[in-house]
Amino acid sequence: MEFVIELLSATMRLATPIALAAMGAAVCERSGIVNIAMEGLMLIGAFFAAAVALATGSPWLGLLGGVIFGGLFSLLHAWSTVTLHINHTVSGAIINILAAGLTRFFMVEFYGHPGSSDMVQKTLGDLNCAVPLLSKIPLLGPVLFDQSPTVYFMYFFVLFTSFLLNRTKLGLHIRAAGEHPMALETLGISVKKIRYIGVLYSGLLCGFAGSFLAIEYGRFFTEGMTGGRGFIALAANVSGGWTAVGSFVAAIFFGFIDALQLKLQVMGIFKIPPEFFHMLPYAATVIAVAGLVRRSRPPADSGNDFSIEKEM
Amino acid sequence: MTESDAIVLETRNISKRFPRVLANNNINITLRKGEIISLLGENGAGKSTLMNVLYGLYRPTTGTILLNGEEVEFSSPRDAINRGMGMVHQHFMLVDPLTVTENIILGMEPGRRGVIDYKAARKEVKDLSDRYRLEIDPDSLVEDLPVGLQQRVEILKALYRKARILILDEPTAVLTPGEVEDLFKVIHRLRDSGVSVIIITHKLEEVRAISDRVYILRRGEIAGERRTSDCTKTDLANLMVGRDVVLTVSKDKHEAADKASFEIKNLNVINDRHVRVINDLSLSVRPGEIVGIAGVDGNGQTELAEAIMGQMVQESGEILFKGNPVQNLSTRARRDLGISYVPTDRQKAGLVLPFTIAENVILGSQDEAPFSKGLALQRKPIAEYSRKLVKDYDVRCASIDEEVSNLSGGNQQKVILAREFSREPDFLLVSQPTRGLDVGAIEYIHSQILKMREKNSAILLISLELEEIFSLADRILVLFEGKIVKEFDPSETNDKEVGLYMTGGN
Repeated sequence: MEFVIELLSATMRLATPIALAAMGAAVCERSGIVNIAMEGLMLIGAFFAAAVALATGSPWLGLLGGVIFGGLFSLLHAWSTVTLHINHTVSGAIINILAAGLTRFFMVEFYGHPGSSDMVQKTLGDLNCAVPLLSKIPLLGPVLFDQSPTVYFMYFFVLFTSFLLNRTKLGLHIRAAGEHPMALETLGISVKKIRYIGVLYSGLLCGFAGSFLAIEYGRFFTEGMTGGRGFIALAANVSGGWTAVGSFVAAIFFGFIDALQLKLQVMGIFKIPPEFFHMLPYAATVIAVAGLVRRSRPPADSGNDFSIEKEM
Repeated sequence: MTESDAIVLETRNISKRFPRVLANNNINITLRKGEIISLLGENGAGKSTLMNVLYGLYRPTTGTILLNGEEVEFSSPRDAINRGMGMVHQHFMLVDPLTVTENIILGMEPGRRGVIDYKAARKEVKDLSDRYRLEIDPDSLVEDLPVGLQQRVEILKALYRKARILILDEPTAVLTPGEVEDLFKVIHRLRDSGVSVIIITHKLEEVRAISDRVYILRRGEIAGERRTSDCTKTDLANLMVGRDVVLTVSKDKHEAADKASFEIKNLNVINDRHVRVINDLSLSVRPGEIVGIAGVDGNGQTELAEAIMGQMVQESGEILFKGNPVQNLSTRARRDLGISYVPTDRQKAGLVLPFTIAENVILGSQDEAPFSKGLALQRKPIAEYSRKLVKDYDVRCASIDEEVSNLSGGNQQKVILAREFSREPDFLLVSQPTRGLDVGAIEYIHSQILKMREKNSAILLISLELEEIFSLADRILVLFEGKIVKEFDPSETNDKEVGLYMTGGN
């Protein structure tokens, strides 16, 4: 029982950055922009979260810094894809490379050396708090409600994103922008604006996810510390059928595989090199995407450039 | 409608210049309250540009728009919508996976603080559809509706925004004869409730059937204005094209051979979604005969054409060409036997758009003498051949080295015709040869098809345009849900009767 609770509790924590970024991906893709830049946005978020937390000593300000810089950096993707009409994949790839280079540059600039930053004194993980009553539910209580604040934020953003997409005016506009942008434009709503909002939303949440990696899951920033989680989040969104709840379920699946491989490594029952276990979450991604994607339908106009002149 | 009715819309000297063309030049039109006018013109005459100016998508280079006598300036469709303009675009501006309600309220959703009140929205849509007697289920997904109903959603969308002037861009292009009749009823009902309507079209019949007045647009200018009650179809056609045109090509009697050279026996095709799209279909075509396949889009036309050409796997059945089965041959082998094909989508399937005219006309024979020797293409014979074809088929172009993407639709189709017809095929499959083309080009293409009939080709013509089927075919087969449901002799039937079978009635 202890083992199961630990495993599932770790699942929720490890699913958190993926779920957060996947919520961003859901909104961004539904608005019509493919965002493979999420990996880089997370990395930027992770760096600034650590930097601000180190400078101020406050993990909350660190989180705010990560979110803001993730959002700012995402505007670069919005600008290049929406305003400059650059191919989404190309822009995303460039931003990922830029993020890796920039964070290294800032490491040297701020701390005098590449690699890892100093440890932050206090992390978000240290603020772990059990929700009264709810955490007393057998099994589910400790798994879901004895977590750090970031995990609760993640729950909130799953519900919020689902509500945003399905019940609000903005959500309807976002869905229309990704399916048939001209339909929206002919009703006098700017597709460009909606797509900027979609990308920005993903940037803010990637910043959040990056902050989680640097100052909740870890205690410092390391170059390349996102380790492909931005891409896994993208895969979670695709496997989840471009919906918030679906993406959340897929993120939990990836979190579970990740938690499982860590447990298996620690237990050391099998005489298998640890690299094999490291591989599991990525292998699961490939299998999940290959198995599930064919059954779900992407937003019809996602990845396509939009300009009024071309459409008429 | 009387002359004294108030003028609701007036344009004064509207011009719209694009970097390379003057799309509208000094356009002056007026529209009265409760009036239906048509804007007639060939493709590229500037009709859609003008409508997009009126709807705020484009800003005019010069000129002014007056609504109810007051000068207005639209910087986006939102301004136009707020001033009571509504538009139903030719390609519907509907979001397929959303519901009817969501599509109608999009951009003007009821609700507070950004949250949509779906209950109120649904009720408003229901009220609206009751008031104008435009029945629709507010909860169905747009993608599940037939085209006629999708158009209804578009009209409701405009009415929801309280449109007093409704612009319909080529509204009948995708409708069946029955749906067209319904649409006309709806338009009359709207007119009676005080809405003014502008219909953009290149179909002469439509102009006379529905509108009070017509403006004819030619090369960006108004070539004339007529009351529809005082003009004939020929008048309109001549004004539109700028020369005398023949509306229906005269079809000489031509004796077809007795024995069919092309036959299909019990063909079955199942698509990749496991739906039977061609159902036990049999037909035959004799040399010197045109067999027309009539039907509403989506009843198996594409699949039939692809199965004949070997681009789609058939489940069972036989395709016989000159008595020999060809169903197991590759597309290339079928073409080599003397089968030619003019595909539906000229830009995607018929041509390679970024290639030149010369490259396109030798496509398919590029590895044969005299066009190639060893691995190299032979420029000279290719150039000579394409120059001849361009001349024979009257392709209007700067040179044979021009990219086909720069040609007009009619000239693109002529390039395909040149390639396919010049092979002198014994069997010719022609699918929607005049889709989206204007009167002048249609006239030419029809005459070329009849020429092939004189040369004793067996011709299978698939078309969504009943008028085309009637003016060309010697026999009409009606395709419905992948089945030939009826055969007609065109001289013993009419479009109403054929239309009935097309929609599954009998």
